[in-house]
Amino acid sequence: MLLLVAVHALAAVAAPALVRILGRRALYLLAAVPAAAGIWALTRTGPVRSGSPVVETVTWVPQLGLDLALRMGTLSWLMVLLVGFVGALVLAYSARYFRSDDPGLGRFAAVFVAFAGAMLGLVVSDDLLLLYVFWELTTVFSYLLIGSDPARRASRHAAMQALLVTTLGGLAMLAGFVMLGQHAGSYRWSEIAQDLPGGGYLTVALVLILLGVTSKSAIFPFSFWLPRAMAAPTPVSAYLHAAAMVKAGVFLVALMGPAVGQATAWRAVLLAGGLVTMFLGGWAALRQTDLKLLLAYGTVSQLGLLMVILGAGTRDTALAGAAMVLAHALFKATLFLVVGVVDHVAGTRDLRELSGLGRRAPALAVVAGLAAASMAGLPPLVGFVAKEAALEAFLHGGAADLVVLAGLVTGSALTVAYTLRFLWGAFAGKPGVADTRPEPLDRAFVAPAAVLAVAGLAVGVLAPAVDRVLAPYADLYPSTDPGYHLALWHGLTPALGLSALAVAGGVGLFLLLHRRRPRLLRLPFDGATGYDRLVGAVDRAAVELTGATQRGSLPFYLGVILLVLVVLPGGALLVGVPWPQRYQLWDTPLQAAAGAAVVVAAVAAARARRRLTAMILVGVTGYGTALLFVLHGAPDLALTQFLVETVTIVMFVLVLRRLPTKFSARPMRSSRRVRVALGVAVGVVTAGMAYVSAGARVATPISVGFPEEAVSYGGGKNVVNVTLVDIRAWDTMGEIAVLVVAATGVASLIFRRSRALDMRSGIPGAGRQSSVRPRWLTSGATTRAQSVILQVVTRLLFHAILLFSIYLLFSGHNQPGGGFAAGLVAGLGLAVRYLAGGRTELNGAAPVDAGRVLGAGLFVAVGTGVTAMLLGGDFLQSAALDFHLPVLGHVHFVTSVFFDVGVYLIVVGLVLDILRSLGAEMDRQQEVDEGENTPNDVREEELV
Amino acid sequence: MSPNLVYVVVVGVLFATGVTLLLERSLTRVLMGVILLGNGANLLLLTGGRAGGPPIVGTTAEEEMADPLPQAMVLTAIVITLGMTAFLLALAYRSWHLNGHDEVQDDVEDRRIMVLAERDEGPGTADPETVDPVPARAPDGRRVAAGDPGRTR
Repeated sequence: MLLLVAVHALAAVAAPALVRILGRRALYLLAAVPAAAGIWALTRTGPVRSGSPVVETVTWVPQLGLDLALRMGTLSWLMVLLVGFVGALVLAYSARYFRSDDPGLGRFAAVFVAFAGAMLGLVVSDDLLLLYVFWELTTVFSYLLIGSDPARRASRHAAMQALLVTTLGGLAMLAGFVMLGQHAGSYRWSEIAQDLPGGGYLTVALVLILLGVTSKSAIFPFSFWLPRAMAAPTPVSAYLHAAAMVKAGVFLVALMGPAVGQATAWRAVLLAGGLVTMFLGGWAALRQTDLKLLLAYGTVSQLGLLMVILGAGTRDTALAGAAMVLAHALFKATLFLVVGVVDHVAGTRDLRELSGLGRRAPALAVVAGLAAASMAGLPPLVGFVAKEAALEAFLHGGAADLVVLAGLVTGSALTVAYTLRFLWGAFAGKPGVADTRPEPLDRAFVAPAAVLAVAGLAVGVLAPAVDRVLAPYADLYPSTDPGYHLALWHGLTPALGLSALAVAGGVGLFLLLHRRRPRLLRLPFDGATGYDRLVGAVDRAAVELTGATQRGSLPFYLGVILLVLVVLPGGALLVGVPWPQRYQLWDTPLQAAAGAAVVVAAVAAARARRRLTAMILVGVTGYGTALLFVLHGAPDLALTQFLVETVTIVMFVLVLRRLPTKFSARPMRSSRRVRVALGVAVGVVTAGMAYVSAGARVATPISVGFPEEAVSYGGGKNVVNVTLVDIRAWDTMGEIAVLVVAATGVASLIFRRSRALDMRSGIPGAGRQSSVRPRWLTSGATTRAQSVILQVVTRLLFHAILLFSIYLLFSGHNQPGGGFAAGLVAGLGLAVRYLAGGRTELNGAAPVDAGRVLGAGLFVAVGTGVTAMLLGGDFLQSAALDFHLPVLGHVHFVTSVFFDVGVYLIVVGLVLDILRSLGAEMDRQQEVDEGENTPNDVREEELV
Repeated sequence: MSPNLVYVVVVGVLFATGVTLLLERSLTRVLMGVILLGNGANLLLLTGGRAGGPPIVGTTAEEEMADPLPQAMVLTAIVITLGMTAFLLALAYRSWHLNGHDEVQDDVEDRRIMVLAERDEGPGTADPETVDPVPARAPDGRRVAAGDPGRTR
């Protein structure tokens, strides 16, 4: 069974290619796939008939108890036959319905086959979660099929409506499944059915499941989506909206019926909802002038009928229901296919425009007549057999059953009436309407409908055989004695009388309507208005809410967020937290001095009007912070902060040289006051948090054990470094990934064309650079205001700087240093080279692509972790090696150094990337801008 | 652990000035605000741990060591601030290059929705186009008059 589902999936994937090669003939080939499912089911008839289901289980997610548990009992067997063979016939029909040059054909074929696969999976699932997955898959594919003409608004609207209604119902159903599954401790229906909860719990679960059922099968008040879904091509309507998808709800009711059929809520919802749907659907069908819509409302009515029969919950109704499912699939699919043919050959399916088609296309009329007779419940067709069984089953019950029986008879009369309306509308000659001149019939186009119609006849005639096959399903219910048997002739029974009454009533109703042509009262069909109002209200609320909150101004958003920070945590500080009684002014007085410098510089930076001034002042706060780190006892932090601050200043200088000297003047003083007020408020709250949080630490810090662990596990003495590369290496892994992303972002913002992006590599291969022969100590291309002396000095120093950085890298495990600091030192070396000699000098110093350096770094870092895993450890677990080398003597080597090397490379790559982007490339762009007198052209070109 | 007032004041001032700059429109100022906030946040994190000698085994006795965990966290935060600074600088430059200034603009889409909401227009109002349910159409593209579930007639 799983294999069959997989074959459907593969065929769906291959379908577009097949259609491209073979055109519409590919659909014949694809029809073999669902047909195979049907044939497979036929080969399993023996075991199924003897009442032993076919079971197949594959473990899927054992942690969730989710298995691919499949199980085909009698009911599933029947559904597989329908899904498979009807699917195959509809595909064959589609091969004539569509033209080969239809641009959407490949997509249609793929989605259609995928749908058939999902439907197959649905009806053989034993695991309810798996069933739910297939259930939602059918919803999604149905959405795609209904909306197969995305250019039409009605098509999109109908598709969206079907999707929303059925998905919401499906979610409710999932909740119901979970309730049952949690109670039983298993999600297999075969096990849940043995261990059902009781009382209110069961009622709630069942009502939730019925929400899914009724929305999927278009039962009142969810019926409205089905007629609108007729926007789909006719083959889709024939398969999804008659034979397969809408039957999913019916199937679930039939599946669960034997276990829960006696629950009051279950019966009440199904009987009431079914009767109302049957009546409203039948009534609405009588009002339609579009043949396809007529059938759609007829389908709604029949789905209601099926719910009534299957919801009654006795052995005989179950047998009648199963037969009715079979009958309905056969005749309704046929009729839809016929409508498609009529539409094609006559050019319309409006029954007011069609006339005399029966005379001109007699074969088509016969096919339609057979199916229609089955729908109306005339012997010797399967529809008659099923209806007889249903009437008989309700005949012997109490008062409630008699009410239902009256409903059934009324519904049957309505069915007869709209069946006649269909036949009359499609084929009869009408006075005053010009005769339709159909195109010649293509036999292959009609054949699938004919096959289905004849099948309806054959099943009717062979009713006793069908009875034997379906009986194991009905016998799941407690048996009444003697059980009813499907047959064409039971003698002159009351049921036969009721049948005749219904037919007579239907004919009378049709004639009455036909002669008098009264304006039929439009009944409040269902929840369509409610749905539209609800969706409209949600849309409106979204617009109003978005309009009210998304003002489009970034400062406004930030202001709101910060205001929340001030009000909530600030309020909590005031009322809910004990403030520490003891405090100290400082650890050492030097802290006060450094702190004062930071405070003064920060305030001045906020007031500065020149960019460069502000930048220097911000730098001062950074260096001041570094000083505070030193005094706190954090040499690694201080080192890194000093280096970062320096790199930051270099970056600022590089960019600020292009930007205007002063910030643009903002005349609004009032908004400035607001900003300052908010800033001060946030500052006060944060200071309060700093004050309180320092006092709030009562538990022993997790890091108490770090020094000991650093030495024994990490093999290093610098606890901070070991924390970074070993104890909390996962954090570092995330952070270096962020650095790579940031570097990539910088490059892509500055290099705006792919041609320019090649230059990020800086490898001298492009024209003028290669023409300059490298010289020792100078780049040889000293332009503008570059000092030769500076160049020579930096060249001499550069290697010493690099060496120092490598020393920092390797000693970092035991001394202040490590990958971050070392990488920054190397980066500063590159920066000095660039500042002294421009981009040529930078390329000479690092003739590699910054992206490659970043990539190599990430590779080394991840590789270290993976290697540890491959050697049987945890990701990024480190090991210490001690060995003796000839010159160096005793070497203590820890593998986490490799991780630090990765960090080092990434930091170097980041700085190199910054220099290439904000330095070299901006130089180049400046030269271009200066070279051309019309900078507007340049901008336009770069915008492209 | 009793709070250190120097830290409290410095953190407060860095946050106050940082937020003030962050609310500006000039990207360069926003960026400087981010850097000030970053410094403030790093200090705030650091105050969560004890001050003391450098956390290097052999140099400092274990009981005199500063808490190493906040230090490790802050260290990576410093370097990430660097990456972020570079990115924002590139953004500022790009904005200047394209628009001639580096100011943060209002989002045009958001403004449009705001106008729609004020005028009571847009989705969810009685827009006749959204209720076009007639599904039928003849092959030649002519719309077939069809009975609608209850709307057109």
